[in-house]
Amino acid sequence: MTSEMHRHIHETLGDARLQEAVYTATGRLKESRIAAVAPDVLPDYQELRTQAHALKKHAIENLDAYLDEFERNLEAHGGKAVYCQDAAEVADFILGLARERGARLIVKSKSMLTEEIDLNERLEKHGLESVETDLGEYILQLAHERPYHLVAPALHKTRYDVAEIFSARLGVPHEVVIEKQTATARAVLREKFLAADIGISGANFLVADSGAVVLVENEGNARLTTSAPRIHIAIAGIEKIIPRAQDLATFLKLLARSATGQWLSVYTSFLSGPRRAGEIDGPEEFYVVLVDNGRTRLLEDPDKRQSLYCIRCGACLNACPVYRKIGGYSFPWVYSGPIGSILTPQFMGPSHAPGLPFASSLCGACAEVCPVKIDLPKALLELRSEVKIADRREGRGRWEKLGFRLFAWLMRHPRLYEMAGRMASLFAPPARGGWIRSVPGLMNFPPLKAWIDERDLPPPPPRSFREMWRRR
Amino acid sequence: MSRDAILNRVRTALGRAAGAATPEAPPVRIRIPETIADARIASLLTRVEALAGEAVRVDTPAAARAWVAAAIEGKQAVASNAPFLAECGIPELAGVRCGLTVESELRGLCAVAGVGITSADYALADTGTLVMLSSPREARLISLLPPAHIAVVPSGRILSGLDELFATIPLPAGETSSMVLITGPSRTADIEQILVRGVHGPGKLAVVVVG
Repeated sequence: MTSEMHRHIHETLGDARLQEAVYTATGRLKESRIAAVAPDVLPDYQELRTQAHALKKHAIENLDAYLDEFERNLEAHGGKAVYCQDAAEVADFILGLARERGARLIVKSKSMLTEEIDLNERLEKHGLESVETDLGEYILQLAHERPYHLVAPALHKTRYDVAEIFSARLGVPHEVVIEKQTATARAVLREKFLAADIGISGANFLVADSGAVVLVENEGNARLTTSAPRIHIAIAGIEKIIPRAQDLATFLKLLARSATGQWLSVYTSFLSGPRRAGEIDGPEEFYVVLVDNGRTRLLEDPDKRQSLYCIRCGACLNACPVYRKIGGYSFPWVYSGPIGSILTPQFMGPSHAPGLPFASSLCGACAEVCPVKIDLPKALLELRSEVKIADRREGRGRWEKLGFRLFAWLMRHPRLYEMAGRMASLFAPPARGGWIRSVPGLMNFPPLKAWIDERDLPPPPPRSFREMWRRR
Repeated sequence: MSRDAILNRVRTALGRAAGAATPEAPPVRIRIPETIADARIASLLTRVEALAGEAVRVDTPAAARAWVAAAIEGKQAVASNAPFLAECGIPELAGVRCGLTVESELRGLCAVAGVGITSADYALADTGTLVMLSSPREARLISLLPPAHIAVVPSGRILSGLDELFATIPLPAGETSSMVLITGPSRTADIEQILVRGVHGPGKLAVVVVG
């Protein structure tokens, strides 16, 4: 685990207010999800998950064909597909288009991919103003922070934080009533929507048989982003493809329920091209930017491909006992929680955050709630093994290996194992607050110290199970 | 070119040749429950109300007109060019602007109007959803910019749910450039998970079912 990650974890654990905020917010989302997929309200929930998994698997395994079909249908309705390999290519395309059209102001709706590629910073460096319009994202943009949670980006901010940010950055009076803060954002952003030249959105789904972009949201900012400006650019990872519009009958039933517990989000937009003849409003130009940015690397391995099925609902974050304690910023990249732990090493390489796949108890709660049935614990195990193989190649982890050999040998010798157990309870370091948190001087050598630094142990019981068994 | 580079990487990673045949996709999963019209109407009204919208059923177009007249009294309203609104006589109501065909005028009016009045192409009974297909008859901004949205919908357009919608229009792109599903008033819970309505879209939504 990197020291940076360590620091974030300890900061989060030590911040009582943040602990409470993350725990209650994720708890509420978790309960809402459970209620929305209960057998009496959604009897075919499990069948829908199976279908969603099968559809994603099929689409990813035939991705080239579906991208081709998507592009043909998009262009048939007057839209244009633009393929980009990485962050620089996306920024170049937008900058080029903005220059040609004389555009200066961009409004943006929520998109994780644009977080991935730091799009706002790249555009602002070239003199464009790019404004996030989702309330949570707007707050974070003003505070120069990244999203804390996939669906509740400003989860860690209180109304008092927002009051500070708004008065400092917008010059409005200090206001702590949430309704009034929301009204302020509405008023400021409404001006931006009506003045913007370009609207940039993400995409929840790309529908191959329609050439359409599907956007799911609650505030109406994505609708405004894609309706008011003259140009709409949707930016999407190539893995967002689903085969048919009719498959939305499956995905839409799962997405909002898994994310927030709503049966459907307030607004679902199915957008296929620019405005047509006779229409009074809507964009005149419509682009879909199809981004690789590392995705094709994940395609190579039939097991790892699964992480491309993700529909970004955030259910695994809310279910994860680790995320609920250490929060979003302990994760080193834009994606946090269990899905972040498998996406980050695959996108950034295993050495970027080698501790990440280990920051899990492998309890399986994430896999249980995943609406597209990604086998997250299995993926974590595979990534762990990759980290260890790399360690061995580079001659690291000798102590750990020796330790585990010793442990394996002990496990095969019951008598010695029992004796070692007794010794351990004799020499066990003292517990503080019911847990052993550190080892005393004598035992404080690197492997043991490193091990205990990241773990708390329960003190050994006064009598072992074996003893109790003998005396029963 | 990036297009070819990406598609080639995809094919190489998947071990597929260019233009290789695609196996059949898993069959579409559409399940339409048997429902009667009255139950669909009742469900739609209940769901809209559960989402903090207002929902009402009236017998005749004239009654719809009267309901809308009372709801917009003293306010400026913009109505869409939907033929059903004309059938109800809503464009003639006091304070209603209708028949707009120029974008700048539509924007200006929607930005200041207190109410946007539209019809809906379909409504979904099980989720309380309005389905709006944009067209010269239904502009996008009328259901989006004003702080309140009233939708006047003939009862015959109420479908059971998403499955029936996608069975009825399997290819929405063939009909419109934009299909929007509206389920309740605009909302956010981005600050401390406290629900606030009307953040960017209308904070008030009323559905009037006619017939």
